[in-house]
Amino acid sequence: MDHNRASRRTFLTLAAATPLVATALASCGDSGPGQAGGDEATDWILTGQPAEGVRSGTVQKWNETHDDQRITTSSFQNDAYKAKIKTAIGAGQAPTIIFGWGGGTLRDYAQSGHVDDLTAWFAQNPGVKNRLLDAAFAAGTVEGKIYAIPTETVQPLVLFYNKKLFKQVDVEPPTTWDELMALVPKFNAAGIAPFSLGGQSRWTSMMWLELLFDRIGGPELFESIYDGTPNWTDPAAIDALTKVQDLIKAGGFVKGFASITADSNADQALLYSGKAAMMLHGPWTYGSMKSDGGDFVSGGNLGYVNFPAVAGGKGDPANSFGNPAQYLSVSSTASQAQKDIALAFFKDGLNTDEEAHEWVATGAIPVVKGVDATFAGLEDEQWLKFTYDLVTNAPSFGQSWDQALSPTEAETLLDTIEKLFGLAITPQQFAETMNGAIGS
Amino acid sequence: MRTAPGALPTGISPGPRTSTGRLGWLVLPALLIFTTFAVVPLIGVFVLSFTSWDGIGAIHFAGLGSWKAVLTDPGLPHALWTTFLIIVLSWLAQTPLAILLGVFIAGGQKYRALLAVLFFLPLLLSAAAVSIAYKALLDPNFGLGPGLGLGFLTQDWLGRGTLAVGVVIFIIAWQWIPFHSLIFQGATRQIPVSMYEAAQLDGAGRVRQFFSITLPQLKNALITSSTLVIVGSLTSFDLIFVLTGGGPNDATRVLALDMYLTGFRANQMGLASAIAVILVVVGLILAQLLQRLGGKERNSQLEGA
Repeated sequence: MDHNRASRRTFLTLAAATPLVATALASCGDSGPGQAGGDEATDWILTGQPAEGVRSGTVQKWNETHDDQRITTSSFQNDAYKAKIKTAIGAGQAPTIIFGWGGGTLRDYAQSGHVDDLTAWFAQNPGVKNRLLDAAFAAGTVEGKIYAIPTETVQPLVLFYNKKLFKQVDVEPPTTWDELMALVPKFNAAGIAPFSLGGQSRWTSMMWLELLFDRIGGPELFESIYDGTPNWTDPAAIDALTKVQDLIKAGGFVKGFASITADSNADQALLYSGKAAMMLHGPWTYGSMKSDGGDFVSGGNLGYVNFPAVAGGKGDPANSFGNPAQYLSVSSTASQAQKDIALAFFKDGLNTDEEAHEWVATGAIPVVKGVDATFAGLEDEQWLKFTYDLVTNAPSFGQSWDQALSPTEAETLLDTIEKLFGLAITPQQFAETMNGAIGS
Repeated sequence: MRTAPGALPTGISPGPRTSTGRLGWLVLPALLIFTTFAVVPLIGVFVLSFTSWDGIGAIHFAGLGSWKAVLTDPGLPHALWTTFLIIVLSWLAQTPLAILLGVFIAGGQKYRALLAVLFFLPLLLSAAAVSIAYKALLDPNFGLGPGLGLGFLTQDWLGRGTLAVGVVIFIIAWQWIPFHSLIFQGATRQIPVSMYEAAQLDGAGRVRQFFSITLPQLKNALITSSTLVIVGSLTSFDLIFVLTGGGPNDATRVLALDMYLTGFRANQMGLASAIAVILVVVGLILAQLLQRLGGKERNSQLEGA
């Protein structure tokens, strides 16, 4: 009996000591995968420079000063990540910190109880909420509850143009849709494609519809669709869909756009190599055009304006569309210790002034407030100021449709957009297909 | 004194007395692996096809809902037709060329051995790498055509339905002809020289020899190779996924790709499972047909061998 009790006591002592030992071991070793203790938080980050450097640098700095609250990272490519995170969450193997784009996917996670409600935490830490742009929170909110903290950068869509080609043809960048349509024959006559488009990627074509819907029908049009009203057949929507097909029929897009992909950056190459005059794209292309386009950006040949107005449209021409931010959530299957690390990191390690400066250095606008004070004297000052003003002056900032909608609806949307741009279906058929997909 | 049979582990009796019955348990490992990795997932997919599941939330029983949706979706006949088209055109593009190449490199000359090595190169590359390389070469603005100033090469290769299907079949053929040539090379070398000597004595020319001796003797190799072409085309996925993603306008959306996109991009696991079951059924039917075609005479083709 005595022997038995002794061994049980030894066992209990050992059991109690184990977490301590694990923490001690974890804190003295590197963050190699073999050494990740059960109490470390995990975080999957996306690859692709220069953003990857900022992401991993932020975590690294956190680990250097928080030996007892370490975060281990694994990196994945964008598309690979999107497939893997879904499987991991479904299998209960999600990392502690779940990266995403908010919107419909986050809504799925929240409704199935895979991510924690952070509303109370934000209420306890008002400082965290106050230092981030207010507009960024909408896409991280589901049914009035905040499920994700906005992070990284604001990405408004921009109409880029090649100043050299505009000088050559002697025209000005369009401020209205009619001016835009009038430019098409002029550039075509000069042997230059009016617009570059990576149509095989499909979300690239979607950007055109987002802004046309906004300009013609106002932000309410898509919001009503997002809320489940079958408004794809609204006259304003049909008008927008028809305008896109008119532009395609007029030869507005580069020949062979259906086989060009955005991930290879071929669409950007068309703009900086002088084969296409304009391109509607996200601001992330600025950095890659700067690094790949020779002296295109540094020589002052890259121009940028907001998407033109449409005469008679309901939407404010200052409205913008894009990604309000990227988002981090806390996995509900993580241990309490892991959740504590993640929240401590959200509070003190993430979205710091230092990180904000690093984002600015890559030519991007972080979701941190008041960052424009740091632009003066920077190499990209003009560009940074333009995008910052675009975001902060926009009465409405819409979230990319494929992120806002549920993954099922988004896939139908992208498929149908490809057919619309391939002139395989009419605007009416597009609208009917999309109305049928609502709620799927 | 130890005898050789005594050294063998008990339970395996050497020599002709060995009966299949006594060795039956030897298939157990294979059976176990087959059950774990083929039968169980197959049953799982079949069960999933009667549910609705978005991959992350709860699984709901949906009865015949997924089946109804898949079978009434106009996308299914299209995907089946595209798959069938790629199977038939792949066979037509690969088999005749592979036979000719295989028979050619079966000869003993040194230059043929060297050519065989060169022909074999495409097979060493991964389908993803091949697709990315071809995509760059076929780019209508920065690819081979505009680069060399060749008008006929400057097409919207992957942006037009019929062209894209052609490109897919061409690249599949480019990559797999070497493999099938290898099968035919091996089979050609098995044909006894005496048959050709006899034919020569009878005054048969090269063409006559090819059609009267080589081709009939390659029958089993042809069935093996055709089975691989058909099954390979039926499940062709990686190349098309990277090259066109099923586009333009679903022109290259084959059944296997349709299953993947429905399941993992549109988050409809129930529908994807129903498509997977259809894929299994089509595969079984095709395999059975091929078995019938080649199964009439299982004995060796070589007289007296």
